[in-house]
Amino acid sequence: METYDSFEYDVLVIGAGGAGLRAAIASIESGASTGLVCKSLLGKAHTVMAEGGAAAALGNMNEPDDWRVHFVDTMKGGKFINHPRTVEIFAKEAPDRILELEKYGAVFDRTPDGKISQRPFGGHLYRRLNHVGDRTGLELIRTLQDKAVSLDVHTHMEVTLTRLLLDDGRVIGAFGYVRDTGKFVLFRAKAVVIATGGWGKMFRVTSNSWESTGDGAAMAFFAGAQLKDMEMVQFHPTGMVWPPGMKGILVTEAVRGEGGILTNSLGERFMFKDEYMPEQYRGQFAEDEAEARRWLDDKKNNRRPPELLPRDVVARSIYKEVQAGRGSPHGGAFLDIRHRGAAYIKAKLPSMYEQFHRLGDLDITKERMEVAPTIHYTMGGIAADPETCATTLPGLYAAGECACGLHGANRLGGNSLSDLLVFGRRAGLAAAEFAKANAPGKLDEEQVEVETRSLLAPFEGGNENPFHLHSEVQDIMGEHAGIARTTAGLEEGLAKMLAVKARLPNLKAEGGRAYNPSWHTCRDVVHMVALGEAILRSAAERKESRGGHWYLDYPNESDEWAKKNVTATFVDGEVRIGSSPVPEMSPELKALFEGKK
Amino acid sequence: MAEYTLRVFRGDAKGGEEREYRVQAAEGWVVLDAIHAIQREQDGSLACRWNCKAAKCGSCSAEINGIPSLMCKTRLDALPPGPIRVYPIKTFPLIRDLVTDVSWNYEQAKKIQAFTYDPKIGDQPFRIRQRDVERVQEFRKCIECFLCQNVCHVLREHQLKDHYFGPRQMIRLAGLEMHPMDIADRAEMIWQEAGVGYCNITKCCEEVCPESIRITDNGIIPLKERVIDSRGLLRVLRGLVRRRTG
Ligand SMILES: Cc1cc2nc3c(=O)[nH]c(=O)nc-3n(C[C@H](O)[C@H](O)[C@H](O)COP(=O)(O)OP(=O)(O)OC[C@H]3O[C@@H](n4cnc5c(N)ncnc54)[C@H](O)[C@@H]3O)c2cc1C
Ligand code: SF4
Ligand code: SF4
Ligand code: FES
Repeated sequence: METYDSFEYDVLVIGAGGAGLRAAIASIESGASTGLVCKSLLGKAHTVMAEGGAAAALGNMNEPDDWRVHFVDTMKGGKFINHPRTVEIFAKEAPDRILELEKYGAVFDRTPDGKISQRPFGGHLYRRLNHVGDRTGLELIRTLQDKAVSLDVHTHMEVTLTRLLLDDGRVIGAFGYVRDTGKFVLFRAKAVVIATGGWGKMFRVTSNSWESTGDGAAMAFFAGAQLKDMEMVQFHPTGMVWPPGMKGILVTEAVRGEGGILTNSLGERFMFKDEYMPEQYRGQFAEDEAEARRWLDDKKNNRRPPELLPRDVVARSIYKEVQAGRGSPHGGAFLDIRHRGAAYIKAKLPSMYEQFHRLGDLDITKERMEVAPTIHYTMGGIAADPETCATTLPGLYAAGECACGLHGANRLGGNSLSDLLVFGRRAGLAAAEFAKANAPGKLDEEQVEVETRSLLAPFEGGNENPFHLHSEVQDIMGEHAGIARTTAGLEEGLAKMLAVKARLPNLKAEGGRAYNPSWHTCRDVVHMVALGEAILRSAAERKESRGGHWYLDYPNESDEWAKKNVTATFVDGEVRIGSSPVPEMSPELKALFEGKK
Repeated sequence: MAEYTLRVFRGDAKGGEEREYRVQAAEGWVVLDAIHAIQREQDGSLACRWNCKAAKCGSCSAEINGIPSLMCKTRLDALPPGPIRVYPIKTFPLIRDLVTDVSWNYEQAKKIQAFTYDPKIGDQPFRIRQRDVERVQEFRKCIECFLCQNVCHVLREHQLKDHYFGPRQMIRLAGLEMHPMDIADRAEMIWQEAGVGYCNITKCCEEVCPESIRITDNGIIPLKERVIDSRGLLRVLRGLVRRRTG
């Protein structure tokens, strides 16, 4: 029998991105013994890549911003299938979480009067993104990392967890392995927080990091937790398209926030085309290019340029331009920031300047960039309670990108980083409270044995290369669950995905267990296939187009589907799709839309 | 498509060897793409550490043709013709292939007193001038790639890890000390425990920093001046004598 190391905590936090770190801080501060596990080194999580900023209505820019406007913007951006109470809590608490970050040592850019400076972003009516140049994620993660370390958090780095342990439906810990030795490890806990991020790696053209393979959502799914709105995947309109080696790498929305304009091969500033302006935003954006130009220097008396429409709108517009034969040489659009001048660009967008200079042989102060949509964010995920982040399984909490509720059908830029802070904290507090109120569960060794066998199977005579299988998953998702979906395509995609699923028992790991990427990829693929199936099935279920889900057979929003979230559960080895009603808005919240919707 | 030859170190703490791989690369590929291609097509057990492939996380440090670099920021077509040697960074113990045990850096970080502000400020948001945050922001660009730690001769040649925290932690300390709202006094610790005196301003660290942080000019030198100011020149001299003779 295989041996394993074992640890015991009140609260186990899986994931050390922004959400996991903030959860660990909250849990420790409530007096719970807390273990923090991440599959990379501390400070390297996907959160580190975030660029543009963290949205919170601090109202520092002499504009009448407050939580109500942020609430309305987020509901609108999410096309009204977000959980309204989640959005309410979020919009109300985000400012405090940002200010608190400053007290942890974060150093944000300032306004002339010394407050935190805020920049405009797509879908936000006012300047609302608190930022540090274009490396806000790094600032956020490093600040939280230092804070957690100062609280003496117990960190287990480069440990991959693969299975949640259950006692009669309650989550009581998790099992996995230590990367550098390949040895197994078991964590027992009274409560578990999942903060493992998204699953953008399921697609080839993606801005996401290595880690985004959906492990946490898949583990929760397999353990019986409900997933929601899995069809909602976000395409960021501006990823690099050239050179091929760089395809998908993000070009931050801050480029457009700072005045970047999009043009097609004819030189048209196509976002001004009437057909691309959604009804609900009509009248809120600059009328013509002259107004957009004036906006650069006078934000008060002019409206934002349409390049700052929500991401789904801009991504679709670029796609349509390319389809119509008006794309750039490498199949995208041009993004131009030259008019802001070299000094300004280098000060406000230093890492973008560097990224194109180094990797794309292009000086963005002198030349236009070429951009096209890239997979960026997963709005769907583990269904989580607004107040506590509790999942449908007792003892299990979910926060951050792996959770679902806040962003609806489309996330607004900047809303993720503040999401991590608001709900990371709430999940940590609730988990600590649950741990106080409950005795440890009972562990039956059988689950551990089953998982051990399953983890070791790739060493026993299979013949499927996990990297190739991963690549097949990416082809399927890209072709059949991409930016434009059809019934025939989804059906074909599902058939292909099920064929890949049937090959999973034959996965083969080369070499030994110590720090072995092929072995790690074996499990990643299992997770991505499960979530991929859920996405394909959920997409076919939602018979309308909404936000990130553009369904060509049903090109319009439907009133019926406006009231439903799609659910997915894993029962007896099968993915079951259903739906649940979108929770009602309270009368106070409803009143915020009077005459505006 | 162009063909490249890579000579990659394979092995673990017990020993290892260089192995040669040929890779077909698309335009714009970086060294990390080539390593991934090897994993995918030739040897799935080749170990390397990476996260972002966008020069943002500082995971993929290696020595490429002997030069400490990020694998995801080094284009294949920017390297001189001929085989490309890819080795793990040298200063830290090897785990496997291109992966080293950098946990020492995390241990040192724990010994640094975190940001501390005046409790009298209470819930009031900070008011700070942009000019004042900029100095600190330079240090906060650090992605913890530990390339500077890797080249600092105090750690690399002299293995004085018990005496000197290294350039990465020096700029962390500089960032805290120069933070306009920080009130902690770390001078004694910077001198004694962190060992700032061991740095003799060779600037090798600055040369490899992928974030172009001016580690010595803007960080370590002002830090030294500060420490000397606050501790008094005499005590510093005494310390120096003790160190020479001790
Ligand atoms: C390029 C880019 C730019 C972005 N810019 C912005 C922005 O400007 N503003 C904004 O709001 N959002 C932005 N986002 C989105 C945002 O960065 C992410 O949504 C967010 O960081 C996710 O944080 P998280 O804490 O949920 O998870 P992550 O940061 O993804 O962390 C996941 C953690 O879980 C761990 N983990 C995963 N699986 C396992 C396992 N099996 N076992 C153990 N540990 C595991 C990982 O090691 C990691 O520590 C951006 C995203 C990208 C890609
Ligand atoms: S300048 Fe100092 S810290 Fe940098 S490499 Fe030289 S001795 Fe090390
Ligand atoms: S200072 Fe520069 S070289 Fe050193 S760890 Fe930070 S980013 Fe890397
Ligand atoms: S992979 Fe993140 S810095 Fe290279």
